[in-house]
Amino acid sequence: MGKRTNLFLLLGGGLTALMVGLALLGTFWTPYSPTAMGAGEKFAPPSLAHLLGTDNFGRDVFSRVLQGMGASLLIAACVVAIGCLAGTLVGCLCGYFGGPADYLLTRLCDAVTAFPSVLLALVIVSLAGRGTAQIVVALGILFIPSFARLVRGETARHRQANYIQSARLMGVSHGRILTAHILPNLWGVLGPGVVIGFNNAVLSEASMSFLGLGVQPPFPSLGSMLSDSQTYLQRAPWYALSAGMAIALLILGFSLLAEGLQRRRRA
Amino acid sequence: MLLEVNDLTVRFPGASRPAVEGAAFSLERGEILGLVGESGSGKSVTALCLGGLLLPGAKVSGSIRLEGRELLQCTEKELRALRGRETALVFQEPMASFNPVLPVGKQVEEALRVHTRLSSRERRERALAAMSAAELPEPETLYRRYPHELSGGQLQRAMLAAAVISEPKLLLSDEITTALDATVQVQILDLLARLARERNMAVLFISHDLRLVRKLCPRALVMKDGRIVEEGPVEDLFRAPREDYTRRLIAAIPTRERR
Repeated sequence: MGKRTNLFLLLGGGLTALMVGLALLGTFWTPYSPTAMGAGEKFAPPSLAHLLGTDNFGRDVFSRVLQGMGASLLIAACVVAIGCLAGTLVGCLCGYFGGPADYLLTRLCDAVTAFPSVLLALVIVSLAGRGTAQIVVALGILFIPSFARLVRGETARHRQANYIQSARLMGVSHGRILTAHILPNLWGVLGPGVVIGFNNAVLSEASMSFLGLGVQPPFPSLGSMLSDSQTYLQRAPWYALSAGMAIALLILGFSLLAEGLQRRRRA
Repeated sequence: MLLEVNDLTVRFPGASRPAVEGAAFSLERGEILGLVGESGSGKSVTALCLGGLLLPGAKVSGSIRLEGRELLQCTEKELRALRGRETALVFQEPMASFNPVLPVGKQVEEALRVHTRLSSRERRERALAAMSAAELPEPETLYRRYPHELSGGQLQRAMLAAAVISEPKLLLSDEITTALDATVQVQILDLLARLARERNMAVLFISHDLRLVRKLCPRALVMKDGRIVEEGPVEDLFRAPREDYTRRLIAAIPTRERR
């Protein structure tokens, strides 16, 4: 597409930057304490004092959304980090060396992918107990296969390349070939992969918290806020809308950004 | 004698005949030896064996002695220490021989990084020197460039610089001019001849093009179906080919240059 402006990258980058910026702000400063009950009256509609109104305990929804986004993004970041690091390691080794270990690990990844992720996370959480750390580990493990498959394919492709054979003929060791010659070639697919991972992680975390398995009350999370707000959908629609919109905007930003990165890569 | 190959046979599993069968030849220090043959005649497999690369799955027998050392009995670790320092290999496609995401200069100096303990500054200086020796203009600029920013001819020069940077005793040149324009081919050939002369480096010049072999090599081997069918001074091969196959290879050259 030549020098044409990449609208996806621009919009996605902008929206993601805005949402991440708000979430960062929320971890350091919020207009009201997100857990203080009676900061305003119950179910106050949006106003200048409470930008997004208040909830059933009179807590400021805007403050809760800000902090909830921070929590969501932090969890997503940890999940993606676990999935990406472990997945890249597994994918690199499998794709480069091949053999029975590759076969075994690839089948294992297929098996993990075959299970509905929420079900598997439920099992892990019910074994390890509820809480933020547990949810991070559970989702992190579930995110390994997608990264492993991505990296494995790319690594196997590059392993065949002439420049890798060239490097081997220069006496470069396998370890250095993987880290210095193949890894730099993986950023192109890992970039969009990480952004899509963030997208899925935010959504998964929201689903887990919605089911009450993630961030525990009174600390806010977008998923648990959405879950709490259903009861008051008619009395305080702004409550559900705020949490829902925050999730939707986060996902939209990441999706656009991922699409933009992939287009730039193809261009 | 720098290199002695005896009864080299390479068999890939599932293949009806060996890729290389009973190959035997030798190479003096600083000698340029031609190796001609059509595609699939076993030239490249021979080169990879001499380069000390174990071919996965292949059964290799016979003997390859480099300075009296038997390559086929070396461990992978010993071979790795040899590759890029005693031998170097340059391939046909210069574009594909470079890693697209690393600067050219870093790839030129890779053999030094692996085989020496030179500082990054010393490596850079040696790389720049090798690139100038390979007649690359403005080596300082090209050092930082990425492969897609160079032409095929420039990349092949850079590849030669990378190959000779650690002063190997044997350079394996596998169809290095095939992907290049005719005018660039001649320049690269001249460069190869000069580098070999200056460094007393032996070259196994593999090509399917008898004209190039005649221009560069005093002596040549003719390979067909994995076997070396004829060997001798290039002019004798041209004047009085003993093998029918050699005669056909010569006949394949466009007519005006046949004599």
